[in-house]
Amino acid sequence: MTQIDDIKLSNAQIAWRAAQDIDDGAYVNLGIGFPEMVARYQREGCQAIYHTENGILDFGAPPAPGEEDWDLINAGKKAVTLNPGASFFHHADSFAMVRGGHLDVAILGAYEVAETGDLANWSTGRGGVPAVGGAMDLVHGAKRVAVITDHLTKKGDPKLVSKCSLPLTGVGCVTRVYTSLAVVDIEDGHFVLREKLPAISFDDLQALTGATLHTTDTVGDLIVPEL
Amino acid sequence: MDKTLHSLADAVSVIPDGATIMIGGFGGSGAPIELIHALIDHRPRNLTVINNNAGNGHIGIAAMIEQDMVAKMVCSFPRSKDPRAFTERYLAGKIELEIVPQGTLAERIRAGGAGIPAFYTPTSFGTELAEGKPVEEFEGRSYVQERWLKADFALVKAERGDTHGNLTYNKAGRNFGPLMCMAAKNTIVQVSELTQPGAIDPETVITPGIFVNGVIEVQNPAQEEVLNLAEAVYP
Repeated sequence: MTQIDDIKLSNAQIAWRAAQDIDDGAYVNLGIGFPEMVARYQREGCQAIYHTENGILDFGAPPAPGEEDWDLINAGKKAVTLNPGASFFHHADSFAMVRGGHLDVAILGAYEVAETGDLANWSTGRGGVPAVGGAMDLVHGAKRVAVITDHLTKKGDPKLVSKCSLPLTGVGCVTRVYTSLAVVDIEDGHFVLREKLPAISFDDLQALTGATLHTTDTVGDLIVPEL
Repeated sequence: MDKTLHSLADAVSVIPDGATIMIGGFGGSGAPIELIHALIDHRPRNLTVINNNAGNGHIGIAAMIEQDMVAKMVCSFPRSKDPRAFTERYLAGKIELEIVPQGTLAERIRAGGAGIPAFYTPTSFGTELAEGKPVEEFEGRSYVQERWLKADFALVKAERGDTHGNLTYNKAGRNFGPLMCMAAKNTIVQVSELTQPGAIDPETVITPGIFVNGVIEVQNPAQEEVLNLAEAVYP
């Protein structure tokens, strides 16, 4: 089998691929951490409007060091700026935007995604201090709930599985997964392979996936620029 | 009508042992640091505190926890850059935690203020945070019943206020403030600028004064993030 570490996409490249599916003017929530990278790679001419749970629509880039306003932060508690047309609102309105089906896309990280669309991304189940934040809210209501993730855990186990073993964030909520090796949709309780890296065979990809990969007539090549 | 409070000490002196207190803020944004520190000086104990987080560093809510004033936290995300105050006590079994998804926390507080005892939400369905809660199906999807959240007191930071308690907020510092003002029996608000009625355009009022019991002016309030960067400790 091909050495996966030599061919797999970097986090930036996974974020780039996810960004290509975001339309101009889409209302988008990006999870804290890795998903925030998606905002860097919007398509030319596309300007999404980013939502943050703590009550801002249309926030922009981080301010210059020393220019931070600590009442102008995102859900990750990082300082942001505003784009023209931004707005503020309280937390109940913010989550009404989420649960009420007003966001076009939410992009989250994952520990595991099941073929049923179940997502585990908030708890490793190993004790310690539990902390859920807005993760369980964000998986409900957005028109598309996408996950960006390495195809495998650090130990080399599949993150795409038939059934999550870790505590669930939501049931049947994920619609698309962008991994370091492939783009996979979730349809009717199945993984449907849409794109894969040309350098990996279908059989090798299947061997690294914890549930059956279904295909339709065409599987596209997952081609991403060097970043 | 004049809801002006004349000192921070007076403002929080009514808060007794065992009270349930909502404290505004998302991380440091909107955190009423001066009111919290006045409460630490007053030192009630066995408190239940409702906030999105559970303190950061050694000031604000973290300092309340370090002073052993807090018996229970109700929050969505008890982690921060420096969560030691909460983490150490939680792992030692000295503080209780009710973990609530962030949007559910906001809506439970809103419901408490709006007189709605329970509501159904898709959030947490099928997860361990829904265990023991009633589930109902609506239009083919399953929803979890959540109950209102109310408090004896709310401590909130706003930007401008008038003596009737009408409030505006500063940017994303608004977060839980308008909801908590509604949901507490006694809402105490610190404002950067206290004005006479009429000075705030009614079109711009975010929290109408009916939800506010007392306002106190704290000019140039501290920002939790700035205090933490300076490694501040309270008291």
